[in-house]
Order: sequence, then C-alpha cells, then structure tokens
Amino acid sequence: MGIKVHNPGLATTIQDLGRPGYFHLGIPISGAMDRFAMRAANMLVGNDEGAAGLEAVFMGPELEFTSDATVAVTGADIPIKLDGEEQPGWSSIAVKAGQVLSFDFLRAGARAYIAVSGGITVPEYLGSRSTYAIGALGGFEGRAIAAGDELPTGDDAGPGGGRTVPVELRRGPGNPAELRVLPGLYWHRITETAQKNFFDDEWKVAPEADRMGYRFRGGRHLDFVEREQPFGAGSDPSNIVDGCYSYGSIQVPGGTEPIVLHRDAVSGGGYFMLGTVISADMDLIGQLQPNTPSKFVRVDMDTALQARRDRHGLLDKLRAALD
Amino acid sequence: MKTRYSFGGDEHIFVEVDEEMSLDAFFKSLSMTNAVRESQIRGVTEVCPANASFQVKFDPDVIHPDDMLKEIQSLEAAAEKADSVIKTRIVEIPVYYQDPWTHETLMRFRERHQDPNSTDIEYAASINGYGSVDDFIKAHSGSPWFVSMVGFVAGLPFLYQMVDRPRQIEVPKYLRPRTDTPKLTVGYGGCFSCIYSVRGAGGYQMFGVTPMPIYDPQQEISYLREFMCFFNPGDIVKWKPINRDEYDAAVEDVDAGRFMPRMADVTFDLEKFNADNDGYNAKLEEALNGH
Repeated sequence: MGIKVHNPGLATTIQDLGRPGYFHLGIPISGAMDRFAMRAANMLVGNDEGAAGLEAVFMGPELEFTSDATVAVTGADIPIKLDGEEQPGWSSIAVKAGQVLSFDFLRAGARAYIAVSGGITVPEYLGSRSTYAIGALGGFEGRAIAAGDELPTGDDAGPGGGRTVPVELRRGPGNPAELRVLPGLYWHRITETAQKNFFDDEWKVAPEADRMGYRFRGGRHLDFVEREQPFGAGSDPSNIVDGCYSYGSIQVPGGTEPIVLHRDAVSGGGYFMLGTVISADMDLIGQLQPNTPSKFVRVDMDTALQARRDRHGLLDKLRAALD
Repeated sequence: MKTRYSFGGDEHIFVEVDEEMSLDAFFKSLSMTNAVRESQIRGVTEVCPANASFQVKFDPDVIHPDDMLKEIQSLEAAAEKADSVIKTRIVEIPVYYQDPWTHETLMRFRERHQDPNSTDIEYAASINGYGSVDDFIKAHSGSPWFVSMVGFVAGLPFLYQMVDRPRQIEVPKYLRPRTDTPKLTVGYGGCFSCIYSVRGAGGYQMFGVTPMPIYDPQQEISYLREFMCFFNPGDIVKWKPINRDEYDAAVEDVDAGRFMPRMADVTFDLEKFNADNDGYNAKLEEALNGH
C-alpha cells in the first residue's frame, strides 16, 4: 500500500488542508496552496476532503503505485500519463499495482495536486500531515519527497476511473491575475499617492514566489508618510515593532516589492503590511507563474464576505456533482 | 498608549496596543489575549500575542467581522486595569559570542550590511556607544531579558531587555535580509534579541550562537518532550557568555541527552519591576542561582 518515488519533480510535498492552532508559536498553517484543487482531487478519489495528497510545483513527479488505487490530478494544466498513456485532468483514474504515473511539461498554472484513494498516511504532527519544510515538521521526514522514498497510502482501491469535475467548476489561474485586497493593518503608513499607485499599477509575479510568499515587482516605489520611527521598530520607514502577520497580508520591505504571505509564511516580523488579500482569492495565488501580469483590486469587507460565500457555493456545487 | 484596531482581510483582527515597544504595552496585549481566550468568543480560531500588538484569527462564516471587532474592543477597558503579575520562569541560556559559524555567515552577506568593514557585533557595539565588544557583551549579558513574543519561525523567541530605555540596545536590521542564518544564532534587530530556532532567512544582526536547542519537531530532547517549542511569552532569559571549550562540552551534553538548562520558577510583577529595574533583576537572578 504505497507509492514509490522514481523522480520527485522540483519541489513536491505532502499537503492536506493545513495545521491551524500553532501560529502563536511561529508554526504556520501550511497545507495546500490551492485548497480548492486539493479538495477536488480528494473528492474524485473518494477521500475525505482533508486527506493528504501531493502538491507538485512547476514539474510533476514520477510515481509507481504498489497496489491498485484510484488517483486524480487537479490544479495546474499539466499533461498526465499512466504508463506513458495520456490521462484526463480533474478526473479519477484507475491505477493497477506496478503502473507509473508521470507528467509532461506544464502548460498553465503552477501547482498540480495528486490525490490517491486512501490518502497518503504519513504520521500526523499537531493534527496535520502537511509538510512545513523550514521547521522540518510533518510530511515525509519533514521535507519534500525525494527519489527512492516510499510513501505509505491507505488500503483503498477507491471508486475507479470515470469521475470528472464539470469544466465550469474547474478553477484555473487568471492571466492577467486579479487579486482582491482589503486595505488595512498599516495602510496609513504610506502616502495617498502610494495608496493610489499600488492599485493603479500593473505588477508582475517575481521569481521569488514560493510557499512562504509571493513577491511582485514592476509597480512604482511606495512612499511612506513621514514620522519619527517608534522605539523598538528599527530605522527604516517600512519597519514596525515586530508583530503578527495576517495570512494573506501584503508586506512591502523598503517600499519596493510587495510580498503576499502564504501558507508557510513566517508568523510575524518587523515589516509593515498595507492590507490583506481576501480569503476567497488566496487559492488563486498558488497557481500564478513568475512574470504573470497582476493587478491588486481594492474591495471592501462586504465584497470580501460575498466572495467567500461564492467560494463556498462553488465547493457545494462540486460536492453535489461528485456525490 | 493608544490602541489601534484594524482588519487583516476577512479572517483577522489586528490590534496594535502601542506603536512603540514597552513592557506596559506587552502586558496590556497579554491581558487582552488572555481575555479573548477566556471569553470563548464564538468563531475565534487562533489568538496570537506579539510584542506590543496581537492578532485574532476567526471564521467569518461564524461571526461577522464587525461583531468580532466589537467583542474584542469590549475587553480593552478591563485589560487596562488588570494586574500585571505573571507566574513564569527564568532560564539561563549559554551564548558563545563571536563564534566562527555566524562569523562565516556574516562575512558572506557583507554587501547587505550597513557597515561592511566591521562585524555585526562590532557595529552594534560602536553605534550603541560601547568602547569595546567586550563591554558590549557585558551589557548584552548583564541583565535579564523578557520573552515578549514567540514566532517568525517555529518557536523563535523575541526578547526585550529589562533595563531602562537609555540603556537598551537598539540596532537596525540588515539592509536586505540574508538568505541564510545558522541554527541557534543569537540575533538582534530594533530593540529585540532573538534566538533563531532553525536555519533560514533572517534580517537581524548576528552576535553569537547558543548550544541549547529550543525547537525539536521529533521531541527527543529531554526538555522538549512535552512540546516541541521551548519558549512561551513571559519567560525570562539570562544570557551566560561561554567560550569555545564550554560550547563544545555543552553540544556534547545535548547530543548525549544530558543537557538541562538551568532554570527557576519566579513571579514577575511589572509594577515592582518598574519601581526598581536593577534591584528587581538582582532578585530574579538570585532565584536562578538558587539562593
């Protein structure tokens, strides 16, 4: 009952829906960056939505199954192959013991989610199987998977092939991307011109974009309102007395490149944040490739809450479609 | 102190108790976070205290953000009047200042530093008006420190020096953060000392390294068996300078499972501390030294 890793891909980690409850000790929530895709993959193979699967970024792994199982791949658009034969995405695939799942070059998006019936059954740490690599916690020995690893899975052949997510319920990456933002936190620290420029400018996803955070560049420098720095903050105008970072908050060290903090982000620190990407749009970020043109769109709380309800609605439709 | 409330998107409320750091701000933040936990407001998922601020994460499907804001604001008045007395512990942490590993790292990142021609500790000593690095080490290790936040990465403590403000050390963070910091580096940024619990990125100045692990996800180290992170907000730390031989011996003890930090249970009373910093610190140290 397991998966032999022939080739791990670029940075493939075991993830579930995350590890809430320990942020006050600096242990981030972790979990799939695109939880919608992770949930969909699990539903397709008959798992609990929170079962652990694989998150592969930019490149797929090569995996051999040691028992009969059902697998599904969602998220990024990446050609899927079973023993060399192309398979559909967002669909369940029946796999026989000894067969090998592999991938061709990525076509769109950034992260593919691979669920296997029974889930990946590495031990839970603090209630989750998610990998938090910086803290060497969870997942497979606290790290990304490597060639030669044998990942344990549940003993469940699953529902077999033929289940599929209707096309209108698949969520792909936007290009250009639009990320809705609720201004707040230290929004008052930048000038009115900087506030306007932040939303007017076109940004691009920078190469430094990972599970900790997505950096953006290309917009104008954000100028700060002048003040004498408060005691303990540090001398740069972008410094604050070290505080907590909200999940999805946007920090701008030195006023130059905004960084949206994501699921493995540090829990706090000394940089100001100008606001937060709304919860409904966080899943979209993990599918953005470097250089994707991106706009931040200013919204209010009512819009953020409506977007959240819409996202729940989409998940309900997905559950109904795969029931 | 002026409390400022803000939303962090639709899932967080951020409360800045004060713009600047002080133990008074820390204690008000601590009282408020305790009150949030005790009042069991429905929808709260995480309560994260920080140095002079805190954050509450909540589920907006359970409670409207405006209602959550009102609930938290209603706790402020009581928190202001709360006694600033906590039962805590004082812990002695050995530090090998000017060690070869942080030295190697700081040399690699010299172009990101304010003063590329000196080391981090030489720079910190000089801008804080100390005549020599030895004098600076004496100041850094001469008084206890208060853990005013745990976070950044797993189990990393932020420490605030328990002396009056004119004597507090302040240093800037690196101009651009490093991509590497040795595990267990004793760092400094703004008015805070820290211990990097794991290897990774960092922007604090690097002064030395401790042999004492403070985070163990495997929970094999004797004093980390109950929980993988050693520190909690409110802990008090006293640095003990050690040399290379003492450092090597301590690492050997850690590896053999023999190492146990020196510590003692103490009560901390902010009012009494504020009345006489040095006298109060001397009593804390007496408790640590067992007399």
